[in-house]
Amino acid sequence: MAGISDATQMPAGPVVKGKLSRDDILMRGGMMVIALYLIITLALPLYAMLSKSFSTYRVELSQYEFQISDDAGVFDGTILNAEVLNQQTGAIDPAELNTGSDGRLPVTGLFPDFSFRSPVMYQVRNTSDEGRFLVGSTLQDGTDWVTLDSNTFRRVQLRPVKATGFDNFINYFSTPALFNSIKNSLWIAVVSTIVTVTLAFWFAYALNRSCMRYKGVFRLIAMAPILVPSLLPGIALVYLFGNQGIAKELLFGASIYGPIGIVIGSIFFTFPHAFMIISTALAISDARLYEAAASLRATRWRTFWTVTIPGARYGLISAAFVVFNLVITDFGLPKVIGGQFNVLAVDIYKQVIGQQNFEMGAVVSVVLVIPAIFAFAIDRLVQSKQVALLSARSVPYQPQPNQRTDLISFIYCAFVGLFIVGILAICQYAALIKFWPYDLSLSLNNYQFDKMDGGGWASYYNSIKLGLFTAVFGTAIVFFGAYLVEKTNGFRTGRALFQMFAMLPMAIPGMVLGLAYIFFFNSPSNPLNAIYGTMAILVICSVTHFYTVSHLTAVTALKQMDREFESVSASLKQPTMKLFSRVTVPVCLPSVLDISIYLFVNAMTTVSAVVFLYSPKTSLASIAVLNMDDAGDIAPAAAMGMMIFYTNAVARIIHLLVSKGVLVRTQAWRTR
Amino acid sequence: MTQHHASDETYLSIDNLWKAFGSFLALKDITLAVKNGEFVCFLGPSGCGKTTLLRAIAGLDLQTKGTVMQGGKDVSNLPPSERDFGIVFQSYALFPNLTIEKNIAFGLENTGRGKAEITARVAELLDLVGLPEQGKKYPAQLSGGQQQRIALARAIATNPGLLLLDEPLSALDAKVRVHLRHEIKELQRKLGVTTVMVTHDQEEALAMADRIVVMNHGVIEQVGSPTEIYREPANLFVADFIGEMNQITSMVTKGGRLSVGEKTFACHEHSFSDGTPVVAAIRPEDIIPHEEGYDADDPNRNCIDVLLHEMEFLGSFWRCRLRNERFGASELIADFSINAVRRLRLGEGRQMVIELPTDRLMAFDRPEAS
Repeated sequence: MAGISDATQMPAGPVVKGKLSRDDILMRGGMMVIALYLIITLALPLYAMLSKSFSTYRVELSQYEFQISDDAGVFDGTILNAEVLNQQTGAIDPAELNTGSDGRLPVTGLFPDFSFRSPVMYQVRNTSDEGRFLVGSTLQDGTDWVTLDSNTFRRVQLRPVKATGFDNFINYFSTPALFNSIKNSLWIAVVSTIVTVTLAFWFAYALNRSCMRYKGVFRLIAMAPILVPSLLPGIALVYLFGNQGIAKELLFGASIYGPIGIVIGSIFFTFPHAFMIISTALAISDARLYEAAASLRATRWRTFWTVTIPGARYGLISAAFVVFNLVITDFGLPKVIGGQFNVLAVDIYKQVIGQQNFEMGAVVSVVLVIPAIFAFAIDRLVQSKQVALLSARSVPYQPQPNQRTDLISFIYCAFVGLFIVGILAICQYAALIKFWPYDLSLSLNNYQFDKMDGGGWASYYNSIKLGLFTAVFGTAIVFFGAYLVEKTNGFRTGRALFQMFAMLPMAIPGMVLGLAYIFFFNSPSNPLNAIYGTMAILVICSVTHFYTVSHLTAVTALKQMDREFESVSASLKQPTMKLFSRVTVPVCLPSVLDISIYLFVNAMTTVSAVVFLYSPKTSLASIAVLNMDDAGDIAPAAAMGMMIFYTNAVARIIHLLVSKGVLVRTQAWRTR
Repeated sequence: MTQHHASDETYLSIDNLWKAFGSFLALKDITLAVKNGEFVCFLGPSGCGKTTLLRAIAGLDLQTKGTVMQGGKDVSNLPPSERDFGIVFQSYALFPNLTIEKNIAFGLENTGRGKAEITARVAELLDLVGLPEQGKKYPAQLSGGQQQRIALARAIATNPGLLLLDEPLSALDAKVRVHLRHEIKELQRKLGVTTVMVTHDQEEALAMADRIVVMNHGVIEQVGSPTEIYREPANLFVADFIGEMNQITSMVTKGGRLSVGEKTFACHEHSFSDGTPVVAAIRPEDIIPHEEGYDADDPNRNCIDVLLHEMEFLGSFWRCRLRNERFGASELIADFSINAVRRLRLGEGRQMVIELPTDRLMAFDRPEAS
């Protein structure tokens, strides 16, 4: 009776193939629909972007031939090749031949005697089927001679030929102004990570391990930055340390516009993320380890390094990579306060919006995705280990009151709290000032958004609309998708693929996603082209951008459901969808609400993904902050930023009340 | 209600069933027939494949090869929803946000039953499981034993032809467990529903089952009634897994007798040829103590003198450890009644004679060196 069984003992012959029930088919179908959604809104756009980064456009002069007539309009049959002409005249710089997909090259320079008033006639043709040129706006791609008078010949423009290769990357890495951004981005990401994680660790440590007062208040304050766009601290820093800042002297001549500003702002907006992760890690530590350390007469210092830090190490590593990822992919903050200090995310914007160089934008995106995916992968690896640390038998640590420790903890938290509240308060104050710094009287002038650039109050309402749509549709798609992938029978490969797709959005920076959407949805050959420039594409983009965290929240909630509910329901011959609506959704309602508030808040604050996708009709509040700041209307920008803050704060309060109400009404079963 | 009894007609039959997880074989060529109305227990250590077999019968995890026939119909590849069974899990799997009534009514909805009919049926089922007053409560407000009864009521609500119980009592306290296993057995007898229960608790299986299927490493070791399994174990695994069993290294000698050292014993009939190394086995309660001065060398009786080394009082009997140099370092365990101990004035350190009754001394294949 060997313990080792070998499948070769099994007789040959066909394996039993299960007949699928109606529910099985429905669930697999549903999963495929949501997978298709992710493919269309994520995989295909990314593919489009990737292929764009490898696309080069070059005008091939040898593909064009000309003939010139005499003054009477008679051609003598001499054929002139454009390449040869350029060698003779040197009219076109070879660098001009490398261009973008929209590149156009006039040709009159090749003919030194050209005058648009002369009676001379010109003939042009392509020598191959690939050649293309424009006459005015009419595309000519045939190989027949086109005869033009000199006035019309003036409007002939050669179009580039597309090729695939590494030229864009070579070009990128041979332009110091571009590739220096890699160093800059890494530098500020690393510095911000070290500072934020250190600050957040001590903050979480103080809240978890001391008996100081007002812990609840500090917890709330620590979470506040999540409610504002990342560029808001930039605006506050401008008011504090900018050219007309009130505390400019504190920098001793250094400029806030650059790495200093980016790092300080990054600390502000990444603080809650780091704090949450580290706080969770510290909260799960086991009191028995501390009792053991105490019984071994270990000093506090030694206990800290041998018990506290190892216990929280996964939280610390995870927090570090999350912060790193947030900083390196952030666009709003360096845009506002980065000055001449170039970083990758802003480079994408500059290439695309400023220079209309989409190919180079795609190249920078690819470069930016690499560290982002790297940080994401390590974070996932670490988080999977963190779960294994949890044990049901752990005894939670209860801090003992200690006057000195409690006081130090309180002072430290007060400083951090002051920093966070201060940034918000400066923005609010600046928004209410008539004309900084000359007229400090209060007014509501800065709230007259309709008089400024940026879309006015309409953009604010658009943002709320976007937030609500994203919350409603996003929650439905994410939760249903998570349910299907968790509870579908068999279909292992399909489910594994789905899980992979669901994790991908977190690794993709918003700027990259937005740019990828331009390439994919704005292509005239895409049947979904119609949604370009509408609210729909903004909703889709936001849902996809924030898919992963929502998905993980849903999966965690679903994993806590008894695995056998579906088995019982099937044995009772009840449709799975009845179980889903009567049991799964009600039981998971708190998580469903968490997902929707997460999606709402993020849709309200996001800048990066949507900055490429809004149209004048669908401008957003966060974009308005960016554009007003860009236009020099900094006070209104601050005012709009604070509007986002208050809206999110109210949404959070409503979420809290609804959650409580729902818990009381439908979750009576939770209490004994 | 009329009493149903297991008929001879086969209700569930499993033929040449195999289940592979990758290269690991969880079930190997399982063939089994369950009669209509019968209560069958799958018993075995964890990882023996008993739950896998149950899930294959339910269609929750399809077998790799082989067929399952239920009520004369081939259900081998049908999904659970197209089979006819009710199931109870160790975790109860009650829907936490639905009241007890709604839990039980869950399977009755969408079946063409009217509202009044469903309400009546739920009340009837609550009565049946002895919890008539608890309908409006939520599962978390009931004790574990009560929750398991509700799970049972939900499983039988639609009168399924087959009731599957997956370790239904394992999560309960010992006292509740004993009580509930009696109730489940009663209920099953009353309803006459063919029932398959998975358990790793031999006592539970012996108390509840009409027939026990002992499994190990993905194969069936023995199928039989509780007494058969206990009295006539087919092999050393079954003998050892169910109840206590003394094992003495031995050899078959002339006349089929078992030799231990230079002494030979007559034993229960077996098919081993002379010279086969075997294990001689006897249950502790089958060992008979004899009074002082009894002839240990009576050739017609399996007697042997031993040293009563240690006694342990276990309430209804004494567990005694007996030594004899023939057994080497290992001790013989014997359970003597309180009466016998008093009558024979047994005490630790005494020399005594015991008898190993011929029909209770069994010979089994010696397992390969382990």
